[in-house]
Amino acid sequence: MNVGFLYSQIRADEKLLLTELRSRGHDILKIDVRKHQFSIQGPSSEFKDLDVVIDRCIAQSQSKFASLFFASYGIPIINDPMVVERCSDKVKTSLLLANAGIPTPETTIAFSPESALETIETMGYPCVIKPIVGSWGRLMAKIDTRAAAEAIIEHKATLGHYEHKIFYIQKFINKPNRDIRVVAVDGNAIAAMTRTSTHWLTNAAKGATVDAYNIPKEVASLVEKASKVVGGGLLGVDLMELDDGGFTVHEINPGTEFKALNECVDVDVPSHIINWIESVTNKKGETQ
Amino acid sequence: MTSTTCVECGSELTISDDVESGEILDCDTCGIELEVIGVGPVELSKAPELEEDWGE
Repeated sequence: MNVGFLYSQIRADEKLLLTELRSRGHDILKIDVRKHQFSIQGPSSEFKDLDVVIDRCIAQSQSKFASLFFASYGIPIINDPMVVERCSDKVKTSLLLANAGIPTPETTIAFSPESALETIETMGYPCVIKPIVGSWGRLMAKIDTRAAAEAIIEHKATLGHYEHKIFYIQKFINKPNRDIRVVAVDGNAIAAMTRTSTHWLTNAAKGATVDAYNIPKEVASLVEKASKVVGGGLLGVDLMELDDGGFTVHEINPGTEFKALNECVDVDVPSHIINWIESVTNKKGETQ
Repeated sequence: MTSTTCVECGSELTISDDVESGEILDCDTCGIELEVIGVGPVELSKAPELEEDWGE
């Protein structure tokens, strides 16, 4: 295959994918999104022979727009721009999950500080405020008291970008010091891990410890459904365990990292990802 | 392996042969993140600062 590899920085995850692609003899065009232009008139000549583009931009805004252009050029891109759009915006993800009947934490949006405070008082403490775009647990706040709520809301309203004035307020889930990350392709789980921390944030980026996780049927089913409602593709689906033994899906990552997962499971994650990319690219090629 | 110097503190860095353009490296001496901007020969610059929309 002629593979376009869209990136802005090469993390360990991208290096694993590049190594796997090269080991299989694929031709790779590395596309540094910062150095190329994308015209509505059509693709530049170097893009025309690409069979597929793998989007690994670290900035979600770059993914969102660059993927739109490759899709408009008729070049298959992983992930599809619709998937990126739906997953990189927590409001859209939450709505899609809830409307599909997939368990997800109770969430309310408010557009003014007064309304945000009223929402929090009604939801009860503790609750969580998240930015609608963001990752790695950054700018997330667990709110335990009205005084904390007032301070955080004021800071967001005063100091934030306009998107921080969209108050995304979520019920706090008293999870067992860990959450679950499942990496899946078109809803089929490749592997999963738990991320454990004594801090309420259990992101690997925040220093959580990771362990392999055997995926129960209920989790596999939720991952399949969650993937379907956002449009499939290569995803990192995050779930939390509930007191009643059930699960809730709280996030779907369209540019999922998998280095930590790859190190703690027996599965060769990049190999499975490339197997799937080869498969979907060949299918698309056959139908054209 | 090849070697180059940190653009921030000047310390010598050992770089593996499979280094990629765009790769982010850490300087063990000063701790700064460095981006590989060229591989033949290896050229480094300070890595971009974290942006709000970075992530997964």
